[in-house]
Amino acid sequence: MVIDQSKMQSLADRFVEAEVKGRSPWADARRRFLRNRAAMLGLTILVLVSLFAVIGGQFAQWSNEELDFSVMGQVAQMGQPSLENGHYFGTDNLGRDLYARVVQGTQISLMVGIVGAAIAVIVGTLYGATAGYVGGRTDQIMMRTVDILMSIPYMFVLILLLVMFGRSMSMLFLGIGLISWLDMSRIVRGQTLSLKNREFIEAARATGVSSFRIIIRHIVPNLLGVVAVYATLLVPLMILTESFISFLGLGVQEPLTSWGALISEGAGTMNYGTLWQLAFPLFFFVITLFGFFFVGDGLRDALDPKER
Amino acid sequence: MSDLLNVRDLRVTFQIRREGAMPWAAPQPLRAVNGVDFALAPGETLGVVGESGCGKSTLARALIGLVPATGQAEWIDGKDLLALTPRQMMAYRQDIQMVFQDPLASLNPRMTVGQIIAEPLTTHRPDLPRAQVRDRVKAMMDKVGLLPNQINRYSHEFSGGQCQRIGIARALIVEPKLIICDEPVSALDVSIQAQVINLLIRLQKELGLALIFIAHDLSVVKHISDRVMVLYLGKVMETGPVQALYSNPQHPYTQALLSAVPVPDPTIETAKTIVPLAGDLPSPMNPPSGCVFRTRCPRARAECAASVPVLTVGDHQVACHFPGPLTEAEIAHARRTEAA
Repeated sequence: MVIDQSKMQSLADRFVEAEVKGRSPWADARRRFLRNRAAMLGLTILVLVSLFAVIGGQFAQWSNEELDFSVMGQVAQMGQPSLENGHYFGTDNLGRDLYARVVQGTQISLMVGIVGAAIAVIVGTLYGATAGYVGGRTDQIMMRTVDILMSIPYMFVLILLLVMFGRSMSMLFLGIGLISWLDMSRIVRGQTLSLKNREFIEAARATGVSSFRIIIRHIVPNLLGVVAVYATLLVPLMILTESFISFLGLGVQEPLTSWGALISEGAGTMNYGTLWQLAFPLFFFVITLFGFFFVGDGLRDALDPKER
Repeated sequence: MSDLLNVRDLRVTFQIRREGAMPWAAPQPLRAVNGVDFALAPGETLGVVGESGCGKSTLARALIGLVPATGQAEWIDGKDLLALTPRQMMAYRQDIQMVFQDPLASLNPRMTVGQIIAEPLTTHRPDLPRAQVRDRVKAMMDKVGLLPNQINRYSHEFSGGQCQRIGIARALIVEPKLIICDEPVSALDVSIQAQVINLLIRLQKELGLALIFIAHDLSVVKHISDRVMVLYLGKVMETGPVQALYSNPQHPYTQALLSAVPVPDPTIETAKTIVPLAGDLPSPMNPPSGCVFRTRCPRARAECAASVPVLTVGDHQVACHFPGPLTEAEIAHARRTEAA
């Protein structure tokens, strides 16, 4: 059978041909994102701030707990930023090295922001996708629960929690985590509803793919664009919340610190000629928020389905 | 030979709540499919035609279990598919696969072609090693006329016709016995339509598939089907072998449909008489009494409103009180009502 042989040969040839790499929607989005100047600037800022948080401590000449007795009591005259005595950012009111304190505050604030947003992304996405996909009464119950939780003045509850159970990092994470996923679950549910009746979901259902796998494999990947955008906007929101709580004096506890706590301290001594105590933490706070917002904007443009 | 699928009195009813109705008001039933019977032999193609909203797609979705339905759908082994629990149905989902209308929308944009085609296989045969799944996907891609080396590409990198081939490959990978094609070519160019249809016919011959082919393009249905079923408002109007039905349509609705098909020959096209249908499809929430087609039928009489015509028995079945070719006078009457 000559024909069959040649057919088999051509089939074999086709099999050994190198596989073409596909260009995924993600790769397209990445290309658009990389071309966005503002977003790249934001990303650079965020990378630098993260680097500062991770390895900034290596360059500190003082630890964050040490008191510099030579400047104590005359911080306004002696404690200003200088390279000579190793206080790059000056000292705080007690004579502690502000550089080391800002490094520590950056670590804490970024952690709060990222952990809070991560809780929101994971819980909110799964909750919203489940409610939207299952629909019917389950959806009603799940979303009304969210409505009820949203109607509670969360700042009040958060403050009560911190007062009643003591101020601790885990309490702060718990409090922020409890409220942050509510908005996310609403957004995700709305998106799921619009995805649910698309034909590829029907195709999967007709094949007999289980609901769990449909949510994980078909719905969540198609939601990730929206989720990614919202998460980048959520991180600064979490940082702001934490800063506000710390500003009120209820957030992280000494010797730990955060941007909010540092800004609060700096603002308290603003009138005594030690403006650097406010300026340095505020600078990091502001550029990080800018960075996140630019990146979020860039992601939204890059993932916008209308552009596709 | 026993039938692969024997459907009796299939009904799909949606409960519709009227906009602004009180919460305690009873929802109104919408009978999308209203008592459909048909039998399908292994390897046979059943064409389903009818205008938009007549229940074609709902019929397909009911058979595959996407919408709840009542009635009976007896599979070749004697099991009633509609009575099975979802868990029991799993075993049969392998045997019945579906090809969808919009080729691009039926493919997940975030998955590669390889993942899309492999999904039914990994669902039904989770024990299969990855390398083997990949080989089978590649073999299937070759079979439907796609280059196997494009297995890592995403659906947006393919044309509409190629996407439909992907959809067909996905349906075929688990070696089903029946494929339900829900207007598989309506969204494609005419030249691509021919390719996809010939591909379906070739695969059907090679693999001995039965097809339920839903379309509103009558010439496509004629080309591919062994038997044709005409639906109107969720009911079967006429069904029969493709030759008999096309050359000798008995139901006035079938005649009107067939007369509207354009013929690519100007002399025939100008010479033929088109039977126009006045008005729109009545609402399926409030169907006409008696024969559902009577409101638009050029031959409607008092009896048509009084009693529901039953489908005749035999090879070529008609549900009409007064079957037979339309006369000149009736066509002229239809023209007048259409103009008015």
